[in-house]
Amino acid sequence: MPDTIQILVNGEARAWRRGATVADLLQDLEITIERVAVELNLEILDRASFPRRPLEEGDRVEILSFIGGGSEERTKWRFGHGVIRRTGR
Amino acid sequence: MVDDRLIIAGREFKSRLWVGTGKYKDFVETQKAIEVSGADVVTVAVRRVNITDRSKENLLDYIDPKKYTILPNTAGCYSVDDAVRYARLARAAGVSDLVKLEVLGDERTLFPDTAGLIEAAKILIKEGFVVLPYTNDDPIVAKKLVDIGCPAVMPLAAPIGSGLGIRNPYNLKIIMETVKVPIIVDAGVGTASDAALAMEYGADAVLMNTAIAGAQDPIAMAEAMKYAVHAGRLAYKAGRIPRKLYATASSPIEGML
Repeated sequence: MPDTIQILVNGEARAWRRGATVADLLQDLEITIERVAVELNLEILDRASFPRRPLEEGDRVEILSFIGGGSEERTKWRFGHGVIRRTGR
Repeated sequence: MVDDRLIIAGREFKSRLWVGTGKYKDFVETQKAIEVSGADVVTVAVRRVNITDRSKENLLDYIDPKKYTILPNTAGCYSVDDAVRYARLARAAGVSDLVKLEVLGDERTLFPDTAGLIEAAKILIKEGFVVLPYTNDDPIVAKKLVDIGCPAVMPLAAPIGSGLGIRNPYNLKIIMETVKVPIIVDAGVGTASDAALAMEYGADAVLMNTAIAGAQDPIAMAEAMKYAVHAGRLAYKAGRIPRKLYATASSPIEGML
């Protein structure tokens, strides 16, 4: 059995070590768990469960946080900071 | 106006100006504008974290959640499922049960899909969310939203980011007269007089983003908005004189030669 698994993190394919939990993933990505939400295969995880949820082959992980926003959505945000790129007209 | 607090679902707010955090040049400008505006409620969006470049700073490093009420929105959601999903993610990210619910109907106008809005609000209220719905200036929809348990309604003044000001003051007035919860006029404000007018009509608060962030000097506009909302509120409480077609002399006739 190979010691890595293929997962999707925020839409990007990543090879990760087998046996890693959601908490390990966040730590490896240097994301502080404060103020992030994690969705694993469309299930929103309770923060307390991060260390108990091992990642498996083919898992889709979404890690979200708060960014600047009013109501505007004709703009496309670069995730995590305030730079915007216009889309559409 | 120390005692003139806005109360929504048991939460007390000092400021009647609420602001968005989008479209600023950088976080320093965002922070400064919000500080100058005096707002104590700020809206934020929920988006994917940048996993490839972790050096970037986080908005909440600049906007302290202990100092401000963070109001996550569901901006960019065009379906009930998406809006509900983003609201749940916002709550999971751990700020509060508050959500500014947006279910948009059309990309060009960003007008709310009010049928979807009511449906999504029902689901979220059942899950314990405090739902503040971004809605059209439609009194019937506003009433329905209140009937299902929204503790405030947020009708638009004009399309988001349009700066057109209040396009239908009479509908807004009808909403203010027919629903018994706070009304927050949201979206469409262009300049200070628009905000003052909304407050003079009897709005309980005004929420804006582009009018400040998009101004040539956002910090100065933030200050203008602070005074506009304050002045409008004071004028509303003071009670304006009725409009008359002809003049009424201010100086007495008595004692004239």
